[in-house]
Amino acid sequence: MINSFAYNIPFISIFLLMTAAIITPVLPKKNRLPEKLSCYVIGTVAILSAYLLYSLTSSGQNLAFNFPMGHFPAPWGNELRAGPLEAVLALVFCVSMLLSLTGNFASTAEDIAPNRRQIFCVLVNLLTASLLALTYTNDLFTAYVFIEINTIAACAIVAVKEGAETTRAALRYLIMSLVGSGLVMIAICLLYDLTGHLLMQHMHEAIKVIVATKKYLMPLTVSLALITVGLAIKSALYPFASWLPDAHGSSTNASSAILSGLVLKGHIFTIIKIFYRVFGLDVIHLLRMDTAIFILGIAAMIMGSVHALRQTNVKKMIAWSSVAQVGYIFLGVGLNTTAGIAAACLHIIVHACIKPMLFTAAGGLSNAAGHKKGLHSLMGTFYVNRWAGLGLTAGAFSMMGIPAFAGFASKLSLTLASFDHPFIIFSLAALATSSVLNALYYVPAVIVVLTHTRLPDGQDKDAHKNFTAPAPTNLYKISMFIFLALNFYLGLFCVPLLRLITRGVNVF
Amino acid sequence: MNEELKLIWKNFFNWVMGNGPRPENEVVPPEPPPDLPFTQKPKDKYSRFHEATLKERYDQWLEIHGLHIFSILYAGLSILTCVVIVALLLATVSELPPFGDENNPANNVVIMRYVENGGDETGAQNIVAGLILDYRAFDTFGESAVLFTAAVSVLMLLGASRRNKKSKQKFLLRPHSLDEPILRGVASLSIPAILMLGCVVVINGHLSPGGGFSGGAILSTALILAANAYGFGRVHEFFNERTFIISSSTALMIYAVSKGYSFFTGANNLHSIIPKGTIGNILSAGLILPLNICVGLIVAGTLYAFYALFSEGDF
Repeated sequence: MINSFAYNIPFISIFLLMTAAIITPVLPKKNRLPEKLSCYVIGTVAILSAYLLYSLTSSGQNLAFNFPMGHFPAPWGNELRAGPLEAVLALVFCVSMLLSLTGNFASTAEDIAPNRRQIFCVLVNLLTASLLALTYTNDLFTAYVFIEINTIAACAIVAVKEGAETTRAALRYLIMSLVGSGLVMIAICLLYDLTGHLLMQHMHEAIKVIVATKKYLMPLTVSLALITVGLAIKSALYPFASWLPDAHGSSTNASSAILSGLVLKGHIFTIIKIFYRVFGLDVIHLLRMDTAIFILGIAAMIMGSVHALRQTNVKKMIAWSSVAQVGYIFLGVGLNTTAGIAAACLHIIVHACIKPMLFTAAGGLSNAAGHKKGLHSLMGTFYVNRWAGLGLTAGAFSMMGIPAFAGFASKLSLTLASFDHPFIIFSLAALATSSVLNALYYVPAVIVVLTHTRLPDGQDKDAHKNFTAPAPTNLYKISMFIFLALNFYLGLFCVPLLRLITRGVNVF
Repeated sequence: MNEELKLIWKNFFNWVMGNGPRPENEVVPPEPPPDLPFTQKPKDKYSRFHEATLKERYDQWLEIHGLHIFSILYAGLSILTCVVIVALLLATVSELPPFGDENNPANNVVIMRYVENGGDETGAQNIVAGLILDYRAFDTFGESAVLFTAAVSVLMLLGASRRNKKSKQKFLLRPHSLDEPILRGVASLSIPAILMLGCVVVINGHLSPGGGFSGGAILSTALILAANAYGFGRVHEFFNERTFIISSSTALMIYAVSKGYSFFTGANNLHSIIPKGTIGNILSAGLILPLNICVGLIVAGTLYAFYALFSEGDF
């Protein structure tokens, strides 16, 4: 058994973040106190999650535990649940959130007015709390409540940067996201009517009975379809991803990093939970949802990259690339095997580390080019902000799947997972095509950034611009260094992590 | 005789329709553009207010992008999708377990314990209150946090950007209050009654139907009525942005801390010091009464804040 402190960590993490969010609006605004509080609290929660992960895995057994929220046992009260997979995801979410905030500390101050920044911190704390609650929850309705918090906070951190473009993007995001919420709500009502439970393992038992007796099979299929589509809209699976590029491309850098790296992942992990823990993989296969997800995943991988090829704005390009990467995760989910789910979880972790790095780097580079976001205007910015240049290069290599970079690990495990699948040829073809397409738009971006603008006679071609870019702050350098270290760690030492995830999926 | 009768009738009709002679000191606000249906163009008379309707702008957009076939296809597909989804959902509803049948899957051990032991285990006479604030209190905490998130977001988007008093004065088309003696008279009579009703619904939440959400909504109507009758300024004297933030944060904090204690003791099998009390007493049901008050404060504040922010743009 694990010790009693580790046992309480899921509860403590969520409540710590919620209380931080609640207390932030009444804090004084001086010295950027709210932002520092957010960073400290998220850092503390990251340390707690690391300790939870350590105590769950150190004994060598496959441990997982349920944590009743209150005095009432499972089918009557709410429940949290933690295993190695939940712990590692919580750790990655917190670390990535913290780095997104610290890396963009300076650009947040430029983009957002002080009194809005305070509320931005409230929203960031609420987002982190809702991500952890989605990770840990064992109750479908609790998941819905925190999906709502997540949706509102995510739309608000797009609109926090003032401007017509962000307002439009946030409205579009809000409308699409609310359609998704509505579908999820209808599906949960239907499922409750059919099973009489809201806790996942009890729903699973009831669904087994429904499938065995074939009574109410049609409403069950409809509810699965509705909940999948609802969450797919929120996690930007391809045909439902039209809101993503504007929302992620126009918001402030910290928001882009958080939205692309983390917010999508909370919803995807909820889908995985519903597939694996509520319905069960055999029921998903019976109802053909795995094939649908597989096809949409492949479509996303190709179409996301094709759209990214057409972009001239660097942040929009990275945002479209998120659509493609979400496709990879859904490909793993659509394989409908334990190995596929594990590979999908590994890709969630990899993407949660790489995408914030890419957005932070792109922010740093466009800052070095005088707040221009067009790809052509980034020429030679590597020599102004070398840390950002390194980040973009490493992130681009990772997205292409070059060995030793993080993306390689997850693409390899996705490939290996698809070997047992009857559609292996489609999955391999899609992985290959998508990698080439990734290279087609990331390599030019890297070349542009690395191209020296200085002419042979020593004169700077851009000297007439008369613009001195601000030097990157130490916080930016440190955050980028940790991002890079994480990138290489995930690329070189992914096997223990994958083993850990597989263990987590087995006790899921 | 007939003419006089007609005149009286006409005067009466004008009085009813509000077209009678205006008092001399009354300031007439500029006539706003009429609310037109989606497709209709505004008349030339209102050209001062002419603003392209949504339909016109949509047509222009189609013109520029040359998307006529696309637009027909788009409309057709939208209708088709809606019809298919409606048909699918109706078919699903017809397949669901029959309403009220005792053999339904939802009538299981979960509901049985809520109904049979709810009173003893939570101390609340109102089973719904016991359900949402004790058995499943974590969900309700999340729901209150949803309201808090929404209110804070709207406050950020509408409140913070319009601090500038001058620009606020310039764009303020509506008078501050409706300035109606009848409204004021009715309001002065009914606001205390509404407030009392709201407090009763909140405080009796664990004894009778009601609770924080419904009581809070009633309380907010009293605030909204006061704002309309006496002007937003009068309400802002005791309930402004600062008080709203402080009251919501405090209420949610009390909820988080007290319920956090309860969750912690429950999960670790520790003894909780919170007494259940006797069922039916006003001071009973453990934490449900204070939690109802917290939820009521958050709901009342949030609903009024939405009203004030969307109608005034400031608060």
